[in-house]
Amino acid sequence: MLKPEQKKELEKITLQLRRDLVEMIGIGVAGHLGGSSSLAETMAVLYFNKMNFSADRLKDPNRDRLVLSKGHAALIQYAALCEKGCFPREELKRVKKLDALLQGHPDLSIPGIEAVTGSLGQGLSISLGLALALRLNKSPARVYTIMGDGEQSEGQLWEASMAAANFKIDNLTAFLDWNSVQATGATKDIFNIPDLDKKWTSFGWHSINVDGHTVEAILNAIEEAETIKGKPTLIILKTIKGKGFSFAEGNPAYHNGILTEETYKQALKELDAIKAGL
Amino acid sequence: MEKQSLRKAYGDALVELGKQNSDVVALEADLGKSTMSCLFKDAFPDRYFEMGIAEQNMASTSAGLALGGKIPFYSTFAVFASGRAYDQIRCSIAIPRANVKICGSSCGLSDFGDGKTHQSIEDSNVIKTLPNMIVINPLDAVEVKKVMKFLLSYEGPAYIRINRNDLPVFTAEEGEFELGKLRTIVDGNDALIFATGAMVWKSVEAAGLLKKDGISAQVVNVSAVKPLVKEEILKYTAGKKAIITVEEAVKIGGLGAGIAAEIIGEVNLPFEQVGINDTFGTSAHGYDELLEKYGLSTNHIYNAVKRALNK
Repeated sequence: MLKPEQKKELEKITLQLRRDLVEMIGIGVAGHLGGSSSLAETMAVLYFNKMNFSADRLKDPNRDRLVLSKGHAALIQYAALCEKGCFPREELKRVKKLDALLQGHPDLSIPGIEAVTGSLGQGLSISLGLALALRLNKSPARVYTIMGDGEQSEGQLWEASMAAANFKIDNLTAFLDWNSVQATGATKDIFNIPDLDKKWTSFGWHSINVDGHTVEAILNAIEEAETIKGKPTLIILKTIKGKGFSFAEGNPAYHNGILTEETYKQALKELDAIKAGL
Repeated sequence: MEKQSLRKAYGDALVELGKQNSDVVALEADLGKSTMSCLFKDAFPDRYFEMGIAEQNMASTSAGLALGGKIPFYSTFAVFASGRAYDQIRCSIAIPRANVKICGSSCGLSDFGDGKTHQSIEDSNVIKTLPNMIVINPLDAVEVKKVMKFLLSYEGPAYIRINRNDLPVFTAEEGEFELGKLRTIVDGNDALIFATGAMVWKSVEAAGLLKKDGISAQVVNVSAVKPLVKEEILKYTAGKKAIITVEEAVKIGGLGAGIAAEIIGEVNLPFEQVGINDTFGTSAHGYDELLEKYGLSTNHIYNAVKRALNK
Protein backbone atom coordinates (compact mmCIF):
# COMPACT_ATOMS: atom_id res chain seq x y z
CA MET A 1 0.00 0.00 0.00
CA LEU A 2 1.13 3.50 -0.81
CA LYS A 3 1.26 6.14 1.87
CA PRO A 4 -0.27 9.49 0.80
CA GLU A 5 3.16 11.12 0.61
CA GLN A 6 4.50 8.23 -1.49
CA LYS A 7 1.56 8.56 -3.84
CA LYS A 8 2.14 12.29 -4.17
CA GLU A 9 5.83 11.69 -4.80
CA LEU A 10 5.10 9.20 -7.59
CA GLU A 11 2.62 11.60 -9.16
CA LYS A 12 5.26 14.33 -9.10
CA ILE A 13 7.71 11.99 -10.82
CA THR A 14 5.07 11.13 -13.41
CA LEU A 15 4.71 14.82 -14.19
CA GLN A 16 8.46 15.24 -14.44
CA LEU A 17 8.71 12.29 -16.85
CA ARG A 18 6.02 13.83 -19.06
CA ARG A 19 7.84 17.18 -18.96
CA ASP A 20 11.06 15.44 -20.00
CA LEU A 21 9.20 13.82 -22.89
CA VAL A 22 8.12 17.19 -24.22
CA GLU A 23 11.59 18.64 -23.81
CA MET A 24 13.26 15.64 -25.47
CA ILE A 25 10.97 15.87 -28.48
CA GLY A 26 11.32 19.65 -28.69
CA ILE A 27 9.94 21.77 -31.50
CA GLY A 28 9.81 20.70 -35.13
CA VAL A 29 11.14 17.15 -34.67
CA ALA A 30 9.08 13.96 -34.65
CA GLY A 31 8.93 11.94 -31.45
CA HIS A 32 6.82 9.16 -29.98
CA LEU A 33 4.81 11.27 -27.55
CA GLY A 34 1.62 9.18 -27.53
CA GLY A 35 2.81 5.71 -26.61
CA SER A 36 5.44 7.13 -24.26
CA SER A 37 3.05 9.29 -22.29
CA SER A 38 0.63 6.41 -21.80
CA LEU A 39 3.36 4.67 -19.78
CA ALA A 40 4.41 7.51 -17.45
CA GLU A 41 2.64 6.13 -14.34
CA THR A 42 3.87 2.58 -14.96
CA MET A 43 7.47 3.76 -15.36
CA ALA A 44 7.20 5.86 -12.19
CA VAL A 45 5.87 2.92 -10.14
CA LEU A 46 8.42 0.45 -11.48
CA TYR A 47 11.57 2.55 -11.27
CA PHE A 48 10.69 4.70 -8.24
CA ASN A 49 8.83 2.27 -6.04
CA LYS A 50 8.95 -1.34 -7.08
CA MET A 51 12.13 -2.31 -8.85
CA ASN A 52 15.41 -3.27 -7.24
CA PHE A 53 17.40 -1.04 -9.57
CA SER A 54 19.86 1.75 -9.04
CA ALA A 55 22.32 3.69 -11.16
CA ASP A 56 25.31 2.72 -9.05
CA ARG A 57 24.86 -1.02 -9.60
CA LEU A 58 23.64 -1.42 -13.16
CA LYS A 59 25.43 -4.76 -13.49
CA ASP A 60 24.21 -6.24 -10.19
CA PRO A 61 23.13 -9.75 -11.23
CA ASN A 62 20.18 -9.54 -8.83
CA ARG A 63 18.78 -6.28 -10.15
CA ASP A 64 15.23 -6.36 -11.49
CA ARG A 65 15.08 -6.02 -15.27
CA LEU A 66 12.73 -3.90 -17.36
CA VAL A 67 12.50 -4.72 -21.06
CA LEU A 68 10.51 -2.29 -23.17
CA SER A 69 9.21 -4.54 -25.91
CA LYS A 70 7.37 -1.57 -27.44
CA GLY A 71 10.77 0.03 -27.98
CA HIS A 72 9.38 3.06 -29.79
CA ALA A 73 8.33 4.35 -26.36
CA ALA A 74 12.02 4.61 -25.43
CA LEU A 75 11.69 8.30 -24.50
CA ILE A 76 9.66 7.55 -21.37
CA GLN A 77 12.23 4.98 -20.26
CA TYR A 78 15.06 7.43 -20.97
CA ALA A 79 13.26 10.03 -18.85
CA ALA A 80 12.97 7.53 -15.99
CA LEU A 81 16.58 6.36 -16.28
CA CYS A 82 17.73 9.98 -16.29
CA GLU A 83 15.73 10.68 -13.12
CA LYS A 84 17.39 7.61 -11.61
CA GLY A 85 20.78 9.16 -12.39
CA CYS A 86 21.91 6.70 -15.06
CA PHE A 87 23.21 9.52 -17.27
CA PRO A 88 23.40 13.34 -17.14
CA ARG A 89 20.38 15.45 -18.00
CA GLU A 90 22.25 17.05 -20.93
CA GLU A 91 21.89 13.73 -22.76
CA LEU A 92 18.12 14.23 -22.94
CA LYS A 93 18.64 17.26 -25.19
CA ARG A 94 20.69 15.23 -27.64
CA VAL A 95 18.33 12.28 -28.05
CA LYS A 96 18.47 10.74 -31.55
CA LYS A 97 21.14 13.23 -32.69
CA LEU A 98 24.17 11.89 -34.57
CA ASP A 99 26.49 10.01 -32.18
CA ALA A 100 24.21 10.70 -29.20
CA LEU A 101 24.02 8.29 -26.27
CA LEU A 102 20.24 8.11 -26.47
CA GLN A 103 19.27 6.23 -29.62
CA GLY A 104 15.90 6.23 -31.35
CA HIS A 105 15.16 2.84 -29.82
CA PRO A 106 16.58 1.15 -26.70
CA ASP A 107 20.19 0.05 -27.13
CA LEU A 108 22.50 -1.78 -24.75
CA SER A 109 24.98 1.08 -25.01
CA ILE A 110 22.60 3.19 -22.89
CA PRO A 111 23.13 2.78 -19.12
CA GLY A 112 20.13 1.03 -17.59
CA ILE A 113 18.78 -0.43 -20.81
CA GLU A 114 18.61 -4.21 -20.63
CA ALA A 115 17.82 -5.28 -24.21
CA VAL A 116 17.74 -4.06 -27.79
CA THR A 117 14.10 -3.65 -28.73
CA GLY A 118 12.12 -1.88 -31.38
CA SER A 119 11.57 -4.65 -33.84
CA LEU A 120 8.24 -5.47 -32.27
CA GLY A 121 7.37 -8.79 -30.71
CA GLN A 122 10.83 -9.75 -29.44
CA GLY A 123 10.84 -8.24 -25.96
CA LEU A 124 8.77 -10.93 -24.27
CA SER A 125 11.04 -13.67 -25.62
CA ILE A 126 14.13 -11.83 -24.40
CA SER A 127 12.45 -11.39 -21.01
CA LEU A 128 11.65 -15.09 -20.91
CA GLY A 129 15.35 -15.83 -21.47
CA LEU A 130 16.30 -13.41 -18.70
CA ALA A 131 13.73 -14.97 -16.38
CA LEU A 132 15.05 -18.47 -17.11
CA ALA A 133 18.62 -17.31 -16.45
CA LEU A 134 17.57 -15.74 -13.13
CA ARG A 135 15.70 -18.89 -12.14
CA LEU A 136 18.72 -21.08 -12.94
CA ASN A 137 20.79 -18.76 -10.75
CA LYS A 138 18.17 -18.89 -7.97
CA SER A 139 18.08 -15.10 -8.07
CA PRO A 140 15.23 -13.27 -6.33
CA ALA A 141 15.16 -10.71 -9.17
CA ARG A 142 12.12 -10.21 -11.35
CA VAL A 143 11.71 -9.34 -15.01
CA TYR A 144 9.18 -6.79 -16.26
CA THR A 145 8.21 -6.43 -19.90
CA ILE A 146 6.05 -3.77 -21.46
CA MET A 147 4.22 -4.57 -24.69
CA GLY A 148 1.90 -2.46 -26.79
CA ASP A 149 -1.61 -3.38 -27.86
CA GLY A 150 -0.76 -2.89 -31.54
CA GLU A 151 2.20 -5.17 -30.94
CA GLN A 152 -0.16 -8.01 -30.04
CA SER A 153 -0.43 -8.86 -33.75
CA GLU A 154 3.20 -10.06 -33.76
CA GLY A 155 3.15 -13.86 -33.77
CA GLN A 156 6.37 -14.18 -31.80
CA LEU A 157 4.61 -12.77 -28.73
CA TRP A 158 2.30 -15.75 -28.71
CA GLU A 159 5.20 -18.15 -29.10
CA ALA A 160 6.79 -16.50 -26.06
CA SER A 161 3.48 -16.48 -24.20
CA MET A 162 3.07 -20.23 -24.64
CA ALA A 163 6.71 -20.91 -23.77
CA ALA A 164 6.59 -18.83 -20.57
CA ALA A 165 3.51 -20.74 -19.40
CA ASN A 166 5.08 -24.03 -20.45
CA PHE A 167 8.16 -23.32 -18.33
CA LYS A 168 5.93 -22.20 -15.41
CA ILE A 169 7.76 -18.90 -15.25
CA ASP A 170 6.59 -16.81 -12.28
CA ASN A 171 9.41 -14.27 -12.00
CA LEU A 172 8.17 -12.51 -15.12
CA THR A 173 5.42 -9.88 -15.18
CA ALA A 174 4.32 -8.49 -18.52
CA PHE A 175 2.36 -5.29 -19.05
CA LEU A 176 0.09 -4.63 -21.98
CA ASP A 177 -0.21 -0.91 -22.60
CA TRP A 178 -3.75 -0.95 -23.94
CA ASN A 179 -3.93 2.59 -25.27
CA SER A 180 -6.11 1.53 -28.23
CA VAL A 181 -4.18 3.47 -30.87
CA GLN A 182 -1.36 2.27 -33.11
CA ALA A 183 0.77 3.98 -35.75
CA THR A 184 -1.91 4.61 -38.33
CA GLY A 185 -5.17 4.61 -36.43
CA ALA A 186 -7.35 2.98 -33.80
CA THR A 187 -6.18 -0.54 -33.01
CA LYS A 188 -9.72 -1.89 -33.41
CA ASP A 189 -9.77 -0.55 -36.98
CA ILE A 190 -6.23 -1.53 -37.99
CA PHE A 191 -6.04 -5.07 -36.62
CA ASN A 192 -8.73 -5.89 -34.12
CA ILE A 193 -7.90 -8.61 -31.60
CA PRO A 194 -10.99 -9.38 -29.57
CA ASP A 195 -10.87 -10.87 -26.08
CA LEU A 196 -7.20 -10.12 -25.52
CA ASP A 197 -7.61 -10.82 -21.84
CA LYS A 198 -9.11 -14.28 -22.50
CA LYS A 199 -6.42 -15.09 -25.02
CA TRP A 200 -3.65 -14.56 -22.49
CA THR A 201 -5.42 -16.47 -19.73
CA SER A 202 -6.18 -19.34 -22.09
CA PHE A 203 -2.47 -19.42 -22.93
CA GLY A 204 -1.80 -20.12 -19.27
CA TRP A 205 -1.24 -16.66 -17.81
CA HIS A 206 -2.75 -14.99 -14.80
CA SER A 207 -4.17 -11.64 -15.88
CA ILE A 208 -5.11 -8.44 -14.09
CA ASN A 209 -6.87 -5.39 -15.54
CA VAL A 210 -6.04 -1.97 -14.12
CA ASP A 211 -6.35 1.72 -14.83
CA GLY A 212 -2.90 2.48 -16.20
CA HIS A 213 -2.97 6.09 -15.03
CA THR A 214 -3.51 5.35 -11.34
CA VAL A 215 -0.29 4.64 -9.48
CA GLU A 216 -1.91 2.70 -6.60
CA ALA A 217 -3.76 0.40 -9.01
CA ILE A 218 -0.55 -0.35 -10.91
CA LEU A 219 1.36 -1.01 -7.73
CA ASN A 220 -1.36 -3.30 -6.36
CA ALA A 221 -1.37 -5.29 -9.60
CA ILE A 222 2.41 -5.72 -9.49
CA GLU A 223 2.18 -6.91 -5.89
CA GLU A 224 -0.58 -9.35 -6.80
CA ALA A 225 1.63 -10.70 -9.62
CA GLU A 226 4.38 -11.40 -7.08
CA THR A 227 2.05 -13.75 -5.21
CA ILE A 228 1.15 -15.83 -8.29
CA LYS A 229 3.21 -19.02 -8.41
CA GLY A 230 3.83 -21.41 -11.29
CA LYS A 231 2.63 -19.10 -14.03
CA PRO A 232 3.45 -15.68 -15.48
CA THR A 233 1.22 -12.66 -14.98
CA LEU A 234 -0.05 -10.13 -17.50
CA ILE A 235 -1.13 -6.71 -16.26
CA ILE A 236 -3.40 -5.05 -18.77
CA LEU A 237 -3.04 -1.30 -18.37
CA LYS A 238 -6.06 0.59 -19.64
CA THR A 239 -4.43 3.79 -20.82
CA ILE A 240 -4.90 6.82 -23.02
CA LYS A 241 -2.42 7.41 -25.79
CA GLY A 242 -0.88 10.86 -25.35
CA LYS A 243 -2.25 11.05 -21.77
CA GLY A 244 -1.77 14.45 -20.17
CA PHE A 245 -1.76 16.47 -23.38
CA SER A 246 -5.24 17.45 -24.55
CA PHE A 247 -4.26 17.81 -28.21
CA ALA A 248 -2.58 14.39 -28.29
CA GLU A 249 -4.95 12.21 -26.26
CA GLY A 250 -6.23 9.36 -28.43
CA ASN A 251 -4.81 11.07 -31.52
CA PRO A 252 -2.83 8.77 -33.87
CA ALA A 253 -1.01 11.84 -35.24
CA TYR A 254 1.06 11.85 -32.05
CA HIS A 255 2.14 8.22 -32.33
CA ASN A 256 5.29 9.75 -33.78
CA GLY A 257 4.35 13.36 -34.36
CA ILE A 258 5.98 16.78 -34.50
CA LEU A 259 5.35 19.36 -31.80
CA THR A 260 4.93 22.86 -33.17
CA GLU A 261 5.97 25.85 -31.10
CA GLU A 262 2.33 26.23 -30.17
CA THR A 263 1.70 22.61 -29.10
CA TYR A 264 5.04 22.51 -27.30
CA LYS A 265 4.11 25.54 -25.19
CA GLN A 266 0.63 24.20 -24.64
CA ALA A 267 1.99 20.86 -23.47
CA LEU A 268 4.19 22.53 -20.83
CA LYS A 269 1.33 24.75 -19.74
CA GLU A 270 -0.97 21.77 -19.24
CA LEU A 271 1.67 20.03 -17.14
CA ASP A 272 2.09 23.18 -15.03
CA ALA A 273 -1.65 23.28 -14.42
CA ILE A 274 -1.64 19.67 -13.14
CA LYS A 275 1.37 20.42 -10.96
CA ALA A 276 -0.40 23.39 -9.39
CA GLY A 277 -3.26 21.06 -8.40
CA LEU A 278 -1.04 18.44 -6.72
CA MET B 1 38.89 -42.99 -45.01
CA GLU B 2 36.89 -43.25 -41.78
CA LYS B 3 33.70 -41.25 -41.76
CA GLN B 4 32.21 -39.70 -38.64
CA SER B 5 29.04 -37.83 -37.80
CA LEU B 6 29.49 -34.09 -37.39
CA ARG B 7 26.14 -33.94 -35.62
CA LYS B 8 27.24 -36.49 -33.03
CA ALA B 9 30.42 -34.48 -32.62
CA TYR B 10 28.29 -31.38 -32.00
CA GLY B 11 26.17 -33.14 -29.36
CA ASP B 12 29.20 -34.70 -27.66
CA ALA B 13 31.05 -31.39 -27.67
CA LEU B 14 28.01 -29.63 -26.22
CA VAL B 15 27.95 -32.08 -23.32
CA GLU B 16 31.69 -31.57 -22.82
CA LEU B 17 31.21 -27.79 -22.69
CA GLY B 18 28.33 -28.28 -20.28
CA LYS B 19 30.64 -30.21 -17.95
CA GLN B 20 33.29 -27.51 -18.15
CA ASN B 21 31.00 -24.58 -17.61
CA SER B 22 27.72 -24.65 -15.72
CA ASP B 23 26.54 -21.51 -17.55
CA VAL B 24 26.23 -23.43 -20.82
CA VAL B 25 22.58 -23.99 -21.74
CA ALA B 26 21.02 -25.51 -24.86
CA LEU B 27 17.80 -24.74 -26.70
CA GLU B 28 16.12 -26.78 -29.39
CA ALA B 29 13.08 -26.57 -31.65
CA ASP B 30 11.87 -30.18 -31.65
CA LEU B 31 14.79 -31.47 -33.72
CA GLY B 32 17.13 -32.49 -30.94
CA LYS B 33 17.36 -36.04 -32.25
CA SER B 34 18.61 -34.71 -35.60
CA THR B 35 20.89 -31.98 -34.33
CA MET B 36 22.02 -34.27 -31.47
CA SER B 37 21.42 -31.61 -28.86
CA CYS B 38 19.42 -34.45 -27.23
CA LEU B 39 22.73 -35.62 -25.74
CA PHE B 40 22.86 -32.39 -23.75
CA LYS B 41 19.27 -32.91 -22.63
CA ASP B 42 20.20 -36.32 -21.21
CA ALA B 43 23.24 -34.93 -19.43
CA PHE B 44 21.81 -31.64 -18.16
CA PRO B 45 17.99 -31.71 -18.22
CA ASP B 46 17.73 -28.53 -16.14
CA ARG B 47 19.81 -26.58 -18.61
CA TYR B 48 18.02 -27.81 -21.73
CA PHE B 49 15.04 -25.87 -23.06
CA GLU B 50 12.72 -27.52 -25.53
CA MET B 51 11.25 -24.45 -27.20
CA GLY B 52 8.85 -26.29 -29.48
CA ILE B 53 8.57 -25.45 -33.16
CA ALA B 54 9.03 -21.72 -32.57
CA GLU B 55 12.42 -20.61 -33.83
CA GLN B 56 11.88 -16.87 -33.52
CA ASN B 57 11.10 -17.20 -29.84
CA MET B 58 14.04 -19.57 -29.45
CA ALA B 59 16.44 -16.99 -30.92
CA SER B 60 15.26 -14.10 -28.74
CA THR B 61 14.97 -16.28 -25.63
CA SER B 62 18.58 -17.30 -26.21
CA ALA B 63 19.46 -13.60 -26.31
CA GLY B 64 17.75 -13.10 -22.95
CA LEU B 65 19.61 -16.06 -21.45
CA ALA B 66 22.87 -14.57 -22.70
CA LEU B 67 22.00 -11.14 -21.26
CA GLY B 68 21.37 -12.98 -17.99
CA GLY B 69 24.92 -14.36 -18.04
CA LYS B 70 24.30 -17.78 -19.61
CA ILE B 71 26.05 -19.20 -22.67
CA PRO B 72 23.20 -20.46 -24.85
CA PHE B 73 23.65 -22.77 -27.83
CA TYR B 74 20.53 -23.09 -29.92
CA SER B 75 20.14 -25.58 -32.70
CA THR B 76 17.70 -26.70 -35.35
CA PHE B 77 17.86 -27.20 -39.11
CA ALA B 78 20.04 -24.48 -40.63
CA VAL B 79 17.28 -23.04 -42.78
CA PHE B 80 15.11 -22.40 -39.69
CA ALA B 81 17.95 -21.53 -37.33
CA SER B 82 18.92 -18.68 -39.65
CA GLY B 83 16.26 -17.46 -42.05
CA ARG B 84 13.22 -18.20 -39.93
CA ALA B 85 14.70 -16.07 -37.17
CA TYR B 86 16.68 -13.55 -39.22
CA ASP B 87 15.27 -10.42 -37.62
CA GLN B 88 15.47 -11.97 -34.15
CA ILE B 89 19.13 -12.78 -34.78
CA ARG B 90 19.65 -9.24 -36.04
CA CYS B 91 17.92 -7.31 -33.25
CA SER B 92 17.99 -9.56 -30.21
CA ILE B 93 21.42 -11.13 -30.80
CA ALA B 94 23.70 -9.37 -33.29
CA ILE B 95 23.07 -5.71 -32.40
CA PRO B 96 23.68 -6.22 -28.65
CA ARG B 97 26.49 -8.76 -29.35
CA ALA B 98 24.64 -11.25 -27.18
CA ASN B 99 26.76 -14.29 -26.42
CA VAL B 100 24.56 -16.72 -28.34
CA LYS B 101 25.89 -19.63 -30.40
CA ILE B 102 23.61 -20.73 -33.22
CA CYS B 103 23.95 -24.19 -34.72
CA GLY B 104 22.50 -24.52 -38.21
CA SER B 105 22.28 -28.29 -38.60
CA SER B 106 21.55 -30.33 -41.74
CA CYS B 107 23.02 -27.46 -43.75
CA GLY B 108 23.54 -27.11 -47.48
CA LEU B 109 22.01 -29.87 -49.58
CA SER B 110 22.62 -32.48 -46.91
CA ASP B 111 18.95 -32.80 -46.00
CA PHE B 112 18.62 -34.34 -49.44
CA GLY B 113 15.20 -35.98 -49.20
CA ASP B 114 13.32 -33.03 -47.76
CA GLY B 115 13.95 -30.82 -50.77
CA LYS B 116 14.16 -27.10 -51.32
CA THR B 117 12.19 -25.97 -48.27
CA HIS B 118 14.64 -27.71 -45.94
CA GLN B 119 17.91 -27.36 -47.83
CA SER B 120 19.84 -24.42 -46.51
CA ILE B 121 21.95 -23.05 -49.31
CA GLU B 122 21.98 -19.37 -48.36
CA ASP B 123 22.04 -19.42 -44.53
CA SER B 124 25.73 -18.67 -44.13
CA ASN B 125 25.62 -15.94 -46.80
CA VAL B 126 22.70 -14.22 -45.11
CA ILE B 127 24.01 -14.45 -41.55
CA LYS B 128 27.47 -13.22 -42.47
CA THR B 129 26.02 -9.90 -43.67
CA LEU B 130 25.07 -9.09 -40.07
CA PRO B 131 27.65 -7.00 -38.21
CA ASN B 132 29.07 -8.74 -35.10
CA MET B 133 28.27 -12.24 -36.43
CA ILE B 134 30.90 -14.82 -37.29
CA VAL B 135 30.13 -17.85 -39.47
CA ILE B 136 32.02 -21.13 -39.23
CA ASN B 137 31.73 -24.22 -41.46
CA PRO B 138 33.58 -27.16 -39.89
CA LEU B 139 34.93 -29.65 -42.44
CA ASP B 140 34.82 -32.81 -40.30
CA ALA B 141 33.86 -34.15 -36.88
CA VAL B 142 37.24 -33.31 -35.38
CA GLU B 143 36.97 -29.71 -36.48
CA VAL B 144 33.44 -29.51 -35.04
CA LYS B 145 34.87 -30.34 -31.62
CA LYS B 146 37.65 -27.80 -31.95
CA VAL B 147 35.21 -25.11 -33.08
CA MET B 148 32.92 -25.85 -30.14
CA LYS B 149 35.80 -25.54 -27.71
CA PHE B 150 36.69 -22.22 -29.33
CA LEU B 151 33.08 -20.98 -29.14
CA LEU B 152 32.99 -21.47 -25.37
CA SER B 153 35.83 -19.00 -24.94
CA TYR B 154 34.70 -16.64 -27.70
CA GLU B 155 32.58 -13.83 -26.25
CA GLY B 156 29.99 -12.89 -28.86
CA PRO B 157 27.44 -14.28 -31.28
CA ALA B 158 28.40 -17.03 -33.70
CA TYR B 159 26.81 -19.22 -36.35
CA ILE B 160 28.12 -22.74 -36.87
CA ARG B 161 26.99 -24.79 -39.85
CA ILE B 162 26.79 -28.58 -39.44
CA ASN B 163 26.43 -31.09 -42.28
CA ARG B 164 23.87 -33.88 -41.86
CA ASN B 165 26.10 -36.54 -43.41
CA ASP B 166 28.94 -38.51 -41.96
CA LEU B 167 32.06 -37.08 -43.56
CA PRO B 168 35.65 -38.31 -43.82
CA VAL B 169 37.82 -37.32 -40.89
CA PHE B 170 41.07 -35.95 -42.22
CA THR B 171 42.21 -33.37 -39.73
CA ALA B 172 44.33 -34.07 -36.68
CA GLU B 173 42.98 -34.11 -33.13
CA GLU B 174 45.83 -31.91 -31.99
CA GLY B 175 45.83 -28.14 -32.29
CA GLU B 176 43.24 -25.51 -31.64
CA PHE B 177 40.75 -23.74 -33.86
CA GLU B 178 41.86 -20.21 -34.68
CA LEU B 179 39.28 -17.79 -36.04
CA GLY B 180 40.17 -16.28 -39.42
CA LYS B 181 43.14 -18.60 -39.87
CA LEU B 182 43.42 -20.59 -43.10
CA ARG B 183 45.05 -24.03 -43.25
CA THR B 184 46.61 -26.03 -46.04
CA ILE B 185 45.11 -29.49 -46.34
CA VAL B 186 46.92 -30.50 -49.55
CA ASP B 187 50.06 -28.69 -50.69
CA GLY B 188 50.47 -27.63 -54.29
CA ASN B 189 51.77 -24.84 -56.47
CA ASP B 190 49.76 -24.54 -59.71
CA ALA B 191 46.18 -23.92 -58.66
CA LEU B 192 44.92 -22.57 -55.34
CA ILE B 193 41.62 -23.99 -54.08
CA PHE B 194 39.89 -22.22 -51.19
CA ALA B 195 37.20 -24.57 -49.90
CA THR B 196 34.85 -24.61 -46.94
CA GLY B 197 32.88 -27.23 -45.01
CA ALA B 198 32.03 -30.50 -46.72
CA MET B 199 33.54 -29.15 -49.93
CA VAL B 200 37.05 -29.38 -48.52
CA TRP B 201 37.03 -33.16 -48.80
CA LYS B 202 35.61 -32.94 -52.34
CA SER B 203 38.44 -30.56 -53.19
CA VAL B 204 41.00 -32.96 -51.74
CA GLU B 205 39.60 -35.64 -54.04
CA ALA B 206 39.75 -33.23 -57.00
CA ALA B 207 43.37 -32.41 -56.17
CA GLY B 208 44.08 -36.16 -56.34
CA LEU B 209 42.58 -36.37 -59.84
CA LEU B 210 44.49 -33.30 -60.98
CA LYS B 211 47.72 -34.79 -59.71
CA LYS B 212 47.28 -37.70 -62.13
CA ASP B 213 47.20 -35.09 -64.92
CA GLY B 214 50.38 -33.54 -63.60
CA ILE B 215 48.61 -30.55 -62.09
CA SER B 216 49.51 -29.57 -58.57
CA ALA B 217 46.62 -27.98 -56.65
CA GLN B 218 46.82 -26.59 -53.14
CA VAL B 219 43.68 -27.09 -51.05
CA VAL B 220 43.19 -24.52 -48.32
CA ASN B 221 40.50 -24.91 -45.68
CA VAL B 222 38.52 -21.77 -44.99
CA SER B 223 36.73 -22.74 -41.78
CA ALA B 224 35.18 -19.36 -41.24
CA VAL B 225 33.47 -17.65 -44.16
CA LYS B 226 33.41 -14.69 -41.78
CA PRO B 227 35.76 -13.20 -40.81
CA LEU B 228 37.85 -13.49 -43.97
CA VAL B 229 41.24 -11.96 -43.32
CA LYS B 230 42.85 -10.42 -46.39
CA GLU B 231 46.43 -10.95 -45.18
CA GLU B 232 45.71 -14.60 -44.52
CA ILE B 233 44.34 -15.08 -48.04
CA LEU B 234 47.29 -13.29 -49.62
CA LYS B 235 49.72 -15.63 -47.85
CA TYR B 236 48.63 -18.37 -50.23
CA THR B 237 48.30 -16.59 -53.57
CA ALA B 238 51.96 -15.90 -54.38
CA GLY B 239 53.26 -18.00 -57.27
CA LYS B 240 49.88 -19.53 -58.11
CA LYS B 241 48.39 -19.63 -61.62
CA ALA B 242 44.68 -19.65 -60.73
CA ILE B 243 42.27 -19.38 -57.80
CA ILE B 244 39.20 -21.56 -57.33
CA THR B 245 36.67 -21.21 -54.51
CA VAL B 246 34.41 -24.10 -53.49
CA GLU B 247 31.36 -23.87 -51.25
CA GLU B 248 28.11 -25.69 -50.58
CA ALA B 249 26.09 -22.49 -50.80
CA VAL B 250 24.69 -20.16 -53.40
CA LYS B 251 27.46 -18.19 -55.07
CA ILE B 252 25.76 -14.86 -54.50
CA GLY B 253 27.29 -13.40 -51.37
CA GLY B 254 29.18 -16.56 -50.52
CA LEU B 255 32.79 -17.59 -49.94
CA GLY B 256 33.85 -16.95 -53.55
CA ALA B 257 32.37 -13.48 -53.52
CA GLY B 258 34.06 -12.80 -50.18
CA ILE B 259 37.49 -13.94 -51.32
CA ALA B 260 37.16 -12.05 -54.61
CA ALA B 261 36.28 -8.86 -52.77
CA GLU B 262 39.35 -9.17 -50.54
CA ILE B 263 41.89 -9.81 -53.31
CA ILE B 264 40.60 -7.74 -56.19
CA GLY B 265 43.24 -5.22 -57.14
CA GLU B 266 45.86 -7.12 -55.13
CA VAL B 267 46.07 -10.33 -57.12
CA ASN B 268 45.47 -10.71 -60.83
CA LEU B 269 44.79 -14.39 -61.40
CA PRO B 270 42.13 -16.38 -63.26
CA PHE B 271 39.26 -17.02 -60.86
CA GLU B 272 36.57 -19.72 -60.84
CA GLN B 273 33.75 -20.23 -58.36
CA VAL B 274 32.28 -23.61 -57.57
CA GLY B 275 29.01 -23.13 -55.77
CA ILE B 276 25.28 -23.22 -56.31
CA ASN B 277 23.80 -21.02 -59.01
CA ASP B 278 20.87 -18.73 -58.32
CA THR B 279 18.42 -21.57 -57.73
CA PHE B 280 16.78 -23.57 -54.94
CA GLY B 281 17.45 -27.27 -54.36
CA THR B 282 15.25 -30.29 -54.94
CA SER B 283 14.55 -33.67 -53.37
CA ALA B 284 16.79 -36.64 -54.09
CA HIS B 285 17.41 -40.09 -52.65
CA GLY B 286 21.05 -39.31 -51.94
CA TYR B 287 23.30 -36.40 -51.06
CA ASP B 288 25.82 -37.12 -53.81
CA GLU B 289 23.11 -36.96 -56.47
CA LEU B 290 22.44 -33.39 -55.41
CA LEU B 291 26.11 -32.44 -55.30
CA GLU B 292 26.30 -33.70 -58.89
CA LYS B 293 23.17 -31.87 -60.01
CA TYR B 294 24.17 -28.55 -58.48
CA GLY B 295 27.76 -28.60 -59.68
CA LEU B 296 29.50 -29.51 -56.42
CA SER B 297 30.97 -32.93 -57.24
CA THR B 298 34.66 -33.80 -57.29
CA ASN B 299 34.54 -33.67 -61.09
CA HIS B 300 33.03 -30.21 -61.08
CA ILE B 301 35.90 -28.96 -58.95
CA TYR B 302 38.42 -30.77 -61.16
CA ASN B 303 36.89 -29.15 -64.27
CA ALA B 304 36.79 -25.73 -62.65
CA VAL B 305 40.50 -25.92 -61.89
CA LYS B 306 41.24 -26.93 -65.48
CA ARG B 307 39.09 -24.08 -66.81
CA ALA B 308 40.81 -21.59 -64.58
CA LEU B 309 44.28 -22.77 -65.56
CA ASN B 310 43.35 -22.51 -69.27
CA LYS B 311 42.11 -18.94 -68.98
